Amino acid sequence: MPSRDKSITDMPKKRSTFLLSVLCFGMAFLYIPMFLLIVYSFNYSKIVSVWGGLSTRWYISLFESEEIWSALMLSLKIAIVNATFATLFGTLAGLALARFRHFRGRTLFTGMISAPLVMPEVITGLSLLLLFITLGDLIGWPEKRGITTITIAHITFSLAYVAVIIESRLSGIGETLEEAALDLGAKPLRVMMDITLPLLAPGMLAGWLLAFTLSLDDLVIASFVSGPGSSTLPMLIYSRVKLGLKPDINALATMIILAVAMGVLIAGWILIRQQKQRERDAQLAGAK
Amino acid sequence: MKPYSPNSPRQSLLRSEVEPLLEVRGISCNYDLERAVFDLSLTVHRGEQVCLLGPSGCGKTTVLRAIAGFHPILTGSILINDQQVSAVNNMVPPEARRVGMVFQDHALFPHLTVRENIAAGLAQLSAGLRGESVGEMLERMGLSHHADRYPHELSGGQQQRVALARALAPKPLLLLMDEPFSSLDQELREHMGQEVSDMLKESGTTCVMVTHDQNDAFALGDKVGVMSEGAIVQWDTPYNLYHQPQTHFVADFIGNGVFINGQCEDKKQVNTSLGMLQSDIALDWSNDADIEVLLRPDDVVYDPDGSIIAKVTRRAFKGAQIMYTLRTLDGVKLLALFPSHANFGIGDEVRVRLDVDHLVVFEQNSTVD
Repeated sequence: MPSRDKSITDMPKKRSTFLLSVLCFGMAFLYIPMFLLIVYSFNYSKIVSVWGGLSTRWYISLFESEEIWSALMLSLKIAIVNATFATLFGTLAGLALARFRHFRGRTLFTGMISAPLVMPEVITGLSLLLLFITLGDLIGWPEKRGITTITIAHITFSLAYVAVIIESRLSGIGETLEEAALDLGAKPLRVMMDITLPLLAPGMLAGWLLAFTLSLDDLVIASFVSGPGSSTLPMLIYSRVKLGLKPDINALATMIILAVAMGVLIAGWILIRQQKQRERDAQLAGAK
Repeated sequence: MKPYSPNSPRQSLLRSEVEPLLEVRGISCNYDLERAVFDLSLTVHRGEQVCLLGPSGCGKTTVLRAIAGFHPILTGSILINDQQVSAVNNMVPPEARRVGMVFQDHALFPHLTVRENIAAGLAQLSAGLRGESVGEMLERMGLSHHADRYPHELSGGQQQRVALARALAPKPLLLLMDEPFSSLDQELREHMGQEVSDMLKESGTTCVMVTHDQNDAFALGDKVGVMSEGAIVQWDTPYNLYHQPQTHFVADFIGNGVFINGQCEDKKQVNTSLGMLQSDIALDWSNDADIEVLLRPDDVVYDPDGSIIAKVTRRAFKGAQIMYTLRTLDGVKLLALFPSHANFGIGDEVRVRLDVDHLVVFEQNSTVD
């Protein structure tokens, strides 16, 4: 074994200059804009495109900006509530689609649940806006548009994503495990709590995170259904761009990039650790 | 593995003669909107191990799932321990049937340890009793060292044992096994088959197994039901299935062999292209009837003075014996099992004779059953 490994690593590798330059170009294309943004967030100058020396003044101004903080908090609040409800409803929908095999119109429902995935956001936003206006006229609710309507709008499209994740996870698990639990004398509710939900947990977590990200990211739908005084972070940034960019947005963007990078790194580290653990376990099992 | 006993073996042996534990009465089932089981009946007595054997798609798994309560039946009824558990539009749910099932892929709960898997069926016991039960089961299955491992950390044979332990822990009335050895490799498969068979026999556990592998079926089944197209074609001991198949299908499906054409000379003799064959029992055919005779590989004996000359067309070395495919000068194909010292190459000429005592005879072209 070792000799074979050696021969593989010792083999002279022919690096293609073409592939290498394509790789560099691609990476540059992806990361230069972000890199520039980070560099300019430390720019002293008030004009975004003129370098005026190193400074952290925009970070200080960012932390003092009431407006940005409230927009960030609003976005986070909406994202958390949205992710939670979308996961709840999406899981129920996924369960119905994956487990109740033969009901009338199943194909229709399956198609309909994934419609929001392909629907242009403008259409979704517009239709929800119309719905809220009509409802407001008819039953007096929602009285005014704001955080509630944005959250509801986000739940409607996020739950479709969650349902698709849950359904595929359920068909991956198969029905045998649930049958095995029934066979061992567990009542259907117990089976759901002890077997199905624990097995679904990774899918539900993935769904929650996806719904959270979708909500935090959304500009179009939120713009349609928001009201006065309820600007989410993407809406605020976008309006700032239109009014003329202030460098504190650069500082904010740098913070967000940092947070995302941290998240990805931590997730990667956990995944690698799990992978190693699994390999160790497999070796242990093999040795027995 | 030590013996496992839901009730004392002696008691179950005494009652086995009289008491049927499982009665399947004329059930029919659909699978994916198509009829998969036709008016099927079978009876399993207490302490008996039976096996449903058939090619894939013959409906055997559907029957097992109907007994477990996962599959509705369209006609007939199923009784376990004298209680009706399945009837048309009236099903006792699987969790109330007291049957234990071993699934084809083991279906171990991946998020639970071995100990928790085995305890899964013991929810109604107090924590103390449950721990005791699980500990006992772990020891019997030789799994004590793996109690806190997760299923994916176990080898195939260990997973198989956990699945069996989990199904047996709640002391089910009836154990059902769906192709339990299909995921094991050949060697382990034979070993596990023997081990499981010994354990079930010692403990007197009543068991129905479903398989497409006749070696598994013969290792475990006191009685074997050969199934074809949703019906049991023969319900018999492994010995009788091999030596006295009732239909062409069973003769073909069980073991190796070839069919040669012939005519009945009288009640005791059949005239074939390989000569006159004598039967030790009277044949139930009219004279001159066109029939075919089953020749097992062990019916064709190597004999340097034999009257039949054949050429070797294929050989398969099996250690103590060699399985030859022969073609006679008239073009009749034969399978022959010779002792290993009778070593011939492909194309060699061999002299053989037929050594058949009880003739297995079918109508010609009865392949359709």
